[in-house]
Amino acid sequence: MVTETTVGPNALHKLPVAPAGDVDITLAGLDALETAVEPRPPLALRVWSATWPKLGAVVIFLLLWQIVVWSGWKPSYVLPGPGEALSDLGNRITTGNFWSAAARTLQRALAGYVLAILIGAIVGLAVARFSLIRSAVGSFITALQTMPSIVWFPLAILLFKLTESAILFVVVLGAAPSIANGVISGIDYVPPLLTRLGQTMGARGLKLYRLVVAPAALPSVVAGLKQGWAFAWRSLMAGELLVVVPGHPSIGSDLEDSRQLLDTVGVLAMMMTIFVIGVLVDAAFNAVDRRMRARRGLLLTQSR
Amino acid sequence: MTAVIDASAVRIDNVSRTFGSGSHRVHALDNVSFDARPGEFVCLLGASGCGKSTLLGILAGIDQPSSGTVDVGGRRVGLMFQDSALLPWLTAGGNVALPMKIRGVPKADRRSRVEELLALVRLAGLADKRPHELSGGMRQRVSLARAFAQEVDVLCMDEPFGALDAMTRDLLHDELERIWRESGVTILFVTHDVREAVRLGDRIVLLSSRPGRVAEIFDVGLARPRRIDSPDVAALAVTVTDRLREEVGRHGH
Ligand SMILES: Nc1ncnc2c1ncn2[C@@H]1O[C@H](COP(=O)(O)OP(=O)(O)O)[C@@H](O)[C@H]1O
Ligand SMILES: [Mg+2]
Repeated sequence: MVTETTVGPNALHKLPVAPAGDVDITLAGLDALETAVEPRPPLALRVWSATWPKLGAVVIFLLLWQIVVWSGWKPSYVLPGPGEALSDLGNRITTGNFWSAAARTLQRALAGYVLAILIGAIVGLAVARFSLIRSAVGSFITALQTMPSIVWFPLAILLFKLTESAILFVVVLGAAPSIANGVISGIDYVPPLLTRLGQTMGARGLKLYRLVVAPAALPSVVAGLKQGWAFAWRSLMAGELLVVVPGHPSIGSDLEDSRQLLDTVGVLAMMMTIFVIGVLVDAAFNAVDRRMRARRGLLLTQSR
Repeated sequence: MTAVIDASAVRIDNVSRTFGSGSHRVHALDNVSFDARPGEFVCLLGASGCGKSTLLGILAGIDQPSSGTVDVGGRRVGLMFQDSALLPWLTAGGNVALPMKIRGVPKADRRSRVEELLALVRLAGLADKRPHELSGGMRQRVSLARAFAQEVDVLCMDEPFGALDAMTRDLLHDELERIWRESGVTILFVTHDVREAVRLGDRIVLLSSRPGRVAEIFDVGLARPRRIDSPDVAALAVTVTDRLREEVGRHGH
């Protein structure tokens, strides 16, 4: 017989839990002292306190606009007041044309953005993982990112004519570099301690990436996604002004149509639409970002 | 098969580790040798920079010695870091479950085991708390539970209580001693606090600095349970401290 003097690998399976004693009570006391948390204010209050400063800013902006109109700097058919523009917008949103144009624009944005995420993630991972690829293309990514998307349009139009593909091409080129950079810096800044920790627990390769590296890189990836969206949206708006696909109305082409008809009220109404979409998407990103930071204890209001 | 009675759980044999090269060469460990018996509690004591963390990293398999060997006889080695190193995006329970997830333990088994382990470190019912909602002492206990979730036979602890207040630390000494006795794991406990080493260890391995060498090994031999403020512990601590000062003093001139 082999004399086994060592502890087997599952020695801890049959661990009894010690009865509560003095240590337990003192520990519980310390724990309670050290973890007192302030109650969170109710939801309505939190929503209101996040909303009123924005509403205030909008009101002040509209007021300034109205003051400029009242000052008579430009005739009112060139620069109408906010009241006119808002009521025009109000009329537009009751029409089916407006919504189908908005739907087309959003669908283009989404398609380009999703494709950019795929490409950005793959390129980002490859650059972060392989030093040869990093030294080959790493610095070009930022250079691409800083190129104004509008300079791609001549090429896009030559390649794809006035089609959806031309727009998609530029949207993807606009957004993918930011997303790739988010992935790269996310992975670069994963604390080595966390990687070591994963390794001591036996995680290697893909498992290490999935369970430790990816979640640790998430904040930077989200920042990259947010920036990528901004670039995608800008590229798309530029694209819709330049590449008007026949029979495919969109927010950008409506804007361009209004300009050609010297319809300033319409121009302003469409610009407000673009702005509102920007605000809504930003709010969505901020909600994701706040949630992530709250979970990780990175929100100031949550700290003790 | 040959019947071998393995008298040591960990055998460290002439381990050296150097970092860098040329004029930047650092000799972190120099011919370090010692053994730990199964179920033994060994404290590694030394001034900061003497290679304690490096040695634990080698034992845990995330670093390799430049020369020499470590032999753990196929035992699982877990490592607990000084900073609790909990993953901030996971709950306390999620952190404890992580090593099991990595090993591919089914979800249902993981959940019950997490509850057991959290109860072991007296954090029952706190599985859904996030690390930032816990105190430093609680985080270290989650980290301890997570180390045990690796089903380890050898647990390396790198100054686990260094950042805690004295009262919490004393209580965690009692807890750790209890868990160690109940589980029978071999513990290698790194510290630079002499009293802590005397309070906890069966033996104390005193390391000298630059390069890290074994300066002396003390048998503690005091009856358990011990108290950190008992006269016996204090008396031995004086002896060990004197010896440590002597080692550190060699660098003064
Ligand atoms: N990755 C590394 N590269 C270079 N030097 C290192 C590295 N890790 C540790 N060292 C050096 O090795 C010595 C021992 O370090 P460490 O094991 O962390 O000491 P301790 O944990 O005892 O304080 C130190 O002088 C440290 O600067
Ligand atoms: Mg150290």
